[in-house]
Amino acid sequence: MSGVQVTEQTIKELCDVAQLAVEIAKRAGADDAEVLVRDGSELTAKIRLGEPELVQEAGSRGLGLRVLKDGKRAVTYTSDLRREALEALCAETVTLAGYAERDEFSEPPDPSLLAKSFPELDLYDPKVAEVDAAWALKQAIAGEAAARNHDKRVTNSEGATWSRVLGATAFATSGGFVGGYRGSYASFVVEPLCDDTTDSANPKKRNGYWWTASRFLAELEAAEAVGIEAARRTVATLGSRKVDTQECAIVFDPEVSRSIVGTIFSVANGSSFWRKSSYLVGKEGEVIASPLVTIVDDPLIPRAPGSRPFDGDGLPTRKNSVVDKGVLQPVLCDVYSARKLGRESTGSAGRGIGGNPGPTTSNLVMQAGTMKRDALIRDTKRGLYVTSLMGFGFNPITGDFSRGAVGFWIENGELTFPVSEVTIAANFDEILKRIDAVADDLELRSSTAAPTFRVSHMTLAGTSK
Amino acid sequence: MATHCYSAAMTTTLPAALRAPFSTGGANAIDAALANKLLGLALASGGDYADIYFEFRVSADYALEEEQIRTLGRGITLGLGVRVTKGDATGYAYCEDLAWEKMAHAAKTAGQIAIGGGHAPVNVGQLTDVPKPSFYAVPTPSLVVPTQDKLALLRAADKAARAFDTRIVKVEASFAESIREVLLFTSDGRMASDVQPMLRFGVRAVAEDGGKRQSGSGGGGGRYGLDYFADAKRDAAAHGREAARVAIAMLDARDAPAGEMPVVLGPGDSGILLHEAVGHGLEADFNRKETSNYTGQIGKIVASSLCTVVDDATIVSSRGAMNVDDEGYAGQCNTLIENGVLVGYMHDRLSAKHYGIKPTGNGRRESFRSMPLPRMTNTSLLGGKDNPEDIIKSVKRGIYAKRFSGGQVNISNGDFLFSLTESYLIEDGKLTAPLKGVNLIGNGPEVLRRVDMLGSDFELSDGIWTCGKDGQSVPVNVGTPTVRIASITVGGTQA
Repeated sequence: MSGVQVTEQTIKELCDVAQLAVEIAKRAGADDAEVLVRDGSELTAKIRLGEPELVQEAGSRGLGLRVLKDGKRAVTYTSDLRREALEALCAETVTLAGYAERDEFSEPPDPSLLAKSFPELDLYDPKVAEVDAAWALKQAIAGEAAARNHDKRVTNSEGATWSRVLGATAFATSGGFVGGYRGSYASFVVEPLCDDTTDSANPKKRNGYWWTASRFLAELEAAEAVGIEAARRTVATLGSRKVDTQECAIVFDPEVSRSIVGTIFSVANGSSFWRKSSYLVGKEGEVIASPLVTIVDDPLIPRAPGSRPFDGDGLPTRKNSVVDKGVLQPVLCDVYSARKLGRESTGSAGRGIGGNPGPTTSNLVMQAGTMKRDALIRDTKRGLYVTSLMGFGFNPITGDFSRGAVGFWIENGELTFPVSEVTIAANFDEILKRIDAVADDLELRSSTAAPTFRVSHMTLAGTSK
Repeated sequence: MATHCYSAAMTTTLPAALRAPFSTGGANAIDAALANKLLGLALASGGDYADIYFEFRVSADYALEEEQIRTLGRGITLGLGVRVTKGDATGYAYCEDLAWEKMAHAAKTAGQIAIGGGHAPVNVGQLTDVPKPSFYAVPTPSLVVPTQDKLALLRAADKAARAFDTRIVKVEASFAESIREVLLFTSDGRMASDVQPMLRFGVRAVAEDGGKRQSGSGGGGGRYGLDYFADAKRDAAAHGREAARVAIAMLDARDAPAGEMPVVLGPGDSGILLHEAVGHGLEADFNRKETSNYTGQIGKIVASSLCTVVDDATIVSSRGAMNVDDEGYAGQCNTLIENGVLVGYMHDRLSAKHYGIKPTGNGRRESFRSMPLPRMTNTSLLGGKDNPEDIIKSVKRGIYAKRFSGGQVNISNGDFLFSLTESYLIEDGKLTAPLKGVNLIGNGPEVLRRVDMLGSDFELSDGIWTCGKDGQSVPVNVGTPTVRIASITVGGTQA
């Protein structure tokens, strides 16, 4: 399908709309205005059991406006970018701001801090845009077929889905910032299903998945390889059972270790700090994790999924250290949270259409260790190798952590049988400090990434003896 | 062909800014003739069914923090989604513009799923209004009420939470409201429309005592106007006090036990367990594809004989209520499990066709950007005969679960998990210590078979729940009486 390419011209048009909206808002009485415009398109092609199930194709755009009037804020959004609609929106937003109360911290950033030039991060691949529904369906059919042919115990399928998003973002502020960029992202997932009759009185189905994703078409794993890995992972869960309640080592596969790293950010950012809604408040410069833990947030990695040339406040982005050899570094801040904490922004603002900016991560990466993953497992006497986590059980204020876990039982350095329906729990402070082995298998497959690592012990709740 | 399009009960009281441009008299009124042309285009490539779904949503939100009104927000979305099916395959496209070329392009794009079929626009014939009930007639939607009245609610909640206890150090309050107007045309000759109000109020309080900090939350809402707050049990101050109460109670929380033990679920919010443990597994798409652990179980015993589970879209003003679903079928009450026996699934059009039955009014979509899926509305485990106090008294050592932050289920094997934010240890039939946040994990069918006492105190949760599936979020509600589960795994730290 033609016409979905995002060109430099598209970016320029969006920048023009953003600047126009800033001007209109100023004329409507705003002391300050910030406008974010997004234009995107999606293609999703899903097949199941070899037949097309869904082809979804569409484009959309939206504009978010945030104004400041007498120190008061209001935020609005619309998908109607016509001039008369923007006039009405701006007037309404200024009126709305009148109802807020003055917030001395909400002034815009000093114009001297705004980004004036932008790094070239290579975030857009025209080849992703060239994909049409027919090609995407073919990929999906090939991936699913590979999964079903790989192992006859794969008896059913939740399907295979090839999808891509293309988009352009433009941001302009009355402080003089204007910038825009484009991005592409393609992903493919295969989800096989098996019938598990290990317990004949209580047969179950077991599902699994594997995926690949990249901003660049050529960097995707082959559809067949994704299907085979999905089948291997799904079949491996046949016969899953609970284990007894006990204290044991917990090894986190990269598919879940990254969610642990994401949880660290949720309690180590300027917003959670000024709100005092984090157990880490007051611990910058202190040891909060094992010396094996080093985490950086790097928005400047070319082609990476979370890279961005400027942040949601219009500031230049930069690489920030989050945890250095176990020591908590100054937390990631946007302009507002930095002011609340009496410091400077780290260039980490994220912003959505119709929302206030706040600190967000770009590419949040836990550095690899030196051990091979197999060696790490061989080095573990007894424990759970976790491949997926369920649920929300984390209290940021106290650090209490309890989540459902699925994986494999480790006995004398070997993965023995699959485990499900158990929880793992400990205080997060203990979890981070008990990390005693980190593998070398780091891959930047998603914007938050981490290698396999081991926590020396946590409470596993399962069956009672 | 009728030129009159539809009438929605509420629209006469709405100011122009809250009226959908596509509604009768609107700037871009869509009538049956135009819809007919679009449907014809959508089917031109040989599809066997098409529908066009128009949606207009106005929403606003208000937030208080640090005793100040911090941010006010407002948003408008407008668009249409075109769906074409051919067998079990769906083509879907949408646009945000009511200009004919854009709508026609979306119709043709969606129609490509059936490429190789026909080659000419199809005449779908007469479109007829689907009669619909009225489960949420709101004479004065909150969006038309002066902003100051809504800000006063936030201040009242803030004040009440702070007054509850001097150890409350922080309060956040929020109010969100929306009106969603939908208009649907289908190639099997149906037209449907609805105007759906929604509001949600939330309060979060943080308590501090010595070095200890804890938070608690309160809130509610549904398809109401501001009359929702007229009931003193759920006015703004009551939600503020509830958030403060939980935060203060949790200051003394101790580490939760780990392992299998009896659990008593409190009334109302505990319905989230039901939603996860059985609800999702009974959505018919999973069963049509034989990917649910409830596949092929109709007529079989899937729960304790005490359990009767219904999904009821007709509960007046409840967060999950639907006059008409997003495929144009009237909302209704569907029994899923009766005295422990599985009697039916929740269907959308596609699955109902597969099973050869009438759709159950469960076809829902998050917005015009998404295709409909079978979804829950208000899902309840109906009340039993036991006195709730007797249920607690019957437990020697276990857990009493009162408030939850959410849950999750694996549809294929039925394993589910849900997270408690307020729970208590039961020792010798009495609630003793509050427990730190903890998860319960189990298998849906197994846990429902272990329900061995059911209270007479059925309660519907106040409207706070949102359900996610395939990336689509929809508002739902849940309800239960007090329930005893003989044994379930509690995921604490005290092995």
